[in-house]
Amino acid sequence: MNSYLIRNVSVLGAAPTDLLLRDGVVAEVGRGLSAPDAVVIDADGLVALPGLVDLHTHLREPGREDAETVETGSRAAALGGYTAVCAMANTSPVADTAGVVEQVWRLGREAGLVDVQPIGAVTVGLAGERLAELGAMADSAARVRIFSDDGHCVADPRLMRRALEYVKAFDGIIAQHAEEPRLTEGAQMHEGEVSTRLGLTGWPAVAEEAIIARDVLLTEHVGGRLHVCHVSTAGSVEVLRQAKARGVRVTAEVTPHHLLLTDSVVGGSNELASPAIADTWHPAGAYDPVYKVNPPLRTAADVAALRAALVDGVIDIIATDHAPHAVEDKECEWAYARPGMLGLETALSIALDVLGPEWDMIAERMSRTPARIAGLTEHGRDPAPGVPANLTLVDPASRRLIDPAESASRSRNTPYARMTLPGRIVATFLRGEATVLDGKAVK
Amino acid sequence: MIRHLLSGADLDADTAIQILDTAAEMAAVSGREVKKLPALRGRTVVNLFYEDSTRTRISFEAAAKRLSADVINFSAKGSSVAKGESLKDTALTLQAMGADAVVVRHPASGAPHRLADWVDGSVVNAGDGTHEHPTQALLDAYTMRSRMGRLAGLSVAVVGDVLHSRVARSNVLLLSTLGAKVTLVGPPTLIPVDIAAALAPGTAVCYDLDAVLPSTDVVMMLRVQRERMGDSYFPSAREYARRYGLDGARMRRLPEHAIVMHPGPMNRGMEITPEVADSPRSTIVEQVTNGVSVRMAVLYLLLGGNNR
Repeated sequence: MNSYLIRNVSVLGAAPTDLLLRDGVVAEVGRGLSAPDAVVIDADGLVALPGLVDLHTHLREPGREDAETVETGSRAAALGGYTAVCAMANTSPVADTAGVVEQVWRLGREAGLVDVQPIGAVTVGLAGERLAELGAMADSAARVRIFSDDGHCVADPRLMRRALEYVKAFDGIIAQHAEEPRLTEGAQMHEGEVSTRLGLTGWPAVAEEAIIARDVLLTEHVGGRLHVCHVSTAGSVEVLRQAKARGVRVTAEVTPHHLLLTDSVVGGSNELASPAIADTWHPAGAYDPVYKVNPPLRTAADVAALRAALVDGVIDIIATDHAPHAVEDKECEWAYARPGMLGLETALSIALDVLGPEWDMIAERMSRTPARIAGLTEHGRDPAPGVPANLTLVDPASRRLIDPAESASRSRNTPYARMTLPGRIVATFLRGEATVLDGKAVK
Repeated sequence: MIRHLLSGADLDADTAIQILDTAAEMAAVSGREVKKLPALRGRTVVNLFYEDSTRTRISFEAAAKRLSADVINFSAKGSSVAKGESLKDTALTLQAMGADAVVVRHPASGAPHRLADWVDGSVVNAGDGTHEHPTQALLDAYTMRSRMGRLAGLSVAVVGDVLHSRVARSNVLLLSTLGAKVTLVGPPTLIPVDIAAALAPGTAVCYDLDAVLPSTDVVMMLRVQRERMGDSYFPSAREYARRYGLDGARMRRLPEHAIVMHPGPMNRGMEITPEVADSPRSTIVEQVTNGVSVRMAVLYLLLGGNNR
């Protein structure tokens, strides 16, 4: 096992210091450290963050290994500064049994690039009809704590109530994909001015807000724990704000794409929440399904509300909803394309755009809080003596032009193509071993 | 001249007028015994139809043939993505065959935009999903202009299922560009959100047909599919016809000079009664005739016929 001596690194924006990583932990912190046996990394100008934790990743294995595998997705994650990802359950077969979640967990260990924490399905086959064996998944080697039918809403209120109630026995949490299915039949994009102009069936904001409102009430009623996936509307933020003020145990995530892109890009406009990025960006043409995602891209007002909520804490974390898709599932008519976007390799850049170099807040929203929600005790801990050496080094001064061909993902469906984004991940360490050095994957 | 015709928004007033004027010249040709011009000899026009639409396809086919183009009809129905070739592969095939223009009808909104990214030839949108049908709007404008003598200042009521209507979207865009005042009429469930902001700021919305008729120069009835009842857009065909159908009594509320249009195919008894459809105010048959002239003009101008 290698030791690493990271010289002159700014831990979370503080004055430069040295970090010695040895035997899987941060062995020493201080200026002028020496370790003759260690690999020395000159980290002048770099910022050390606790390794990022993604609560919402689609790794596609088993079933769609042509779009992503646990290994390729793990590599993309490491390159994005992540040391742990939570793998969504909508694989084929669905991760609704102990056998499948253990398989995914084992594949993650074999890849060895990030810790892969499987999420279990709430209902058998994501069909929304009866509970999967949640307890068996919790007791498995994968130790599942988060359950989600993501991609589908647990729409039946009685089933949702039971799920929230049942998982209390093992401190579980239900991560809801909030989408009232009757209000979104055939929906293709956000319902509004752009959907009207483009003649695409609308996905109204109220279809998300109504489910979140219902679920926070159910959560309050049974004393459960709710996590809301990919919050996308200003109205949802207000529902969450009220629920949190009442003390409901609810957490919420927002994706990088909902923090930057607006529905107008579907019509070929370059309107982004960040003028600095938009200035030099040429979007793909109208109706390019690279911008199709569920929940859909929303209006500029929604994006502004989400950015504000991320700062004030109503939204707890950034989660990527990294959703790789094969070329043929995107290079087609809008209505026939699958929804979803890549996100792991670009998330930190979007966070920098939204939050600026507020390193403590970035660590809170992208590492500590997601680790706490997922129960990943080895992650989300600031570099300090004795702490597991899961960390990443960021060059905040760097800017990079996004080229889909350079992605470590097996898929190419990044909405950030041709954008110049701030920040670059230089190195990532998982339990003291480098997974990324000089901005390149080590294995 | 523009390269593709994908949307009514692609046409500025000058271009639209140029098309209408060219169509008038084409109409003169269609009145001759030999209805043929050599303008597009040696050029290939592909009709790529992913939806059944005999009327639109034969209209384009007649237009291309009267300009002496070679016409290939590619009926892709049933070979959609699920089981057949992808749109992109079809595009590459047409490209390899040297198509100068592709006329596309597709059930998915935006499919012609995608196609335009993949072929070098001109793409003409012959109706895409619930998005647009710009040549229908051109032929409607042509019909209005020939009946009313002008477009600027006309009050046009577009009545019915605006939400699902590609005809309505293209008409709102084109008529607004040409200075007409458009009012959309229908039950609130069938009027899309933010329509004025989305298409043309001067567009009005009214839920009461009787209120708009006395001040309307042109009333355009849209086809309403009976299936929409099942989705609770309105309670019954009878109630729809009662509130938004155009019958003889309602027609008599229109000013003397007003005309009645319908893009076809009609649901007689639903949005329009036979008395209205067959009345002298109805332009329904003329619209079909004008369709060929307008499509001749579009193909002629897109393929650079005027530069020869």
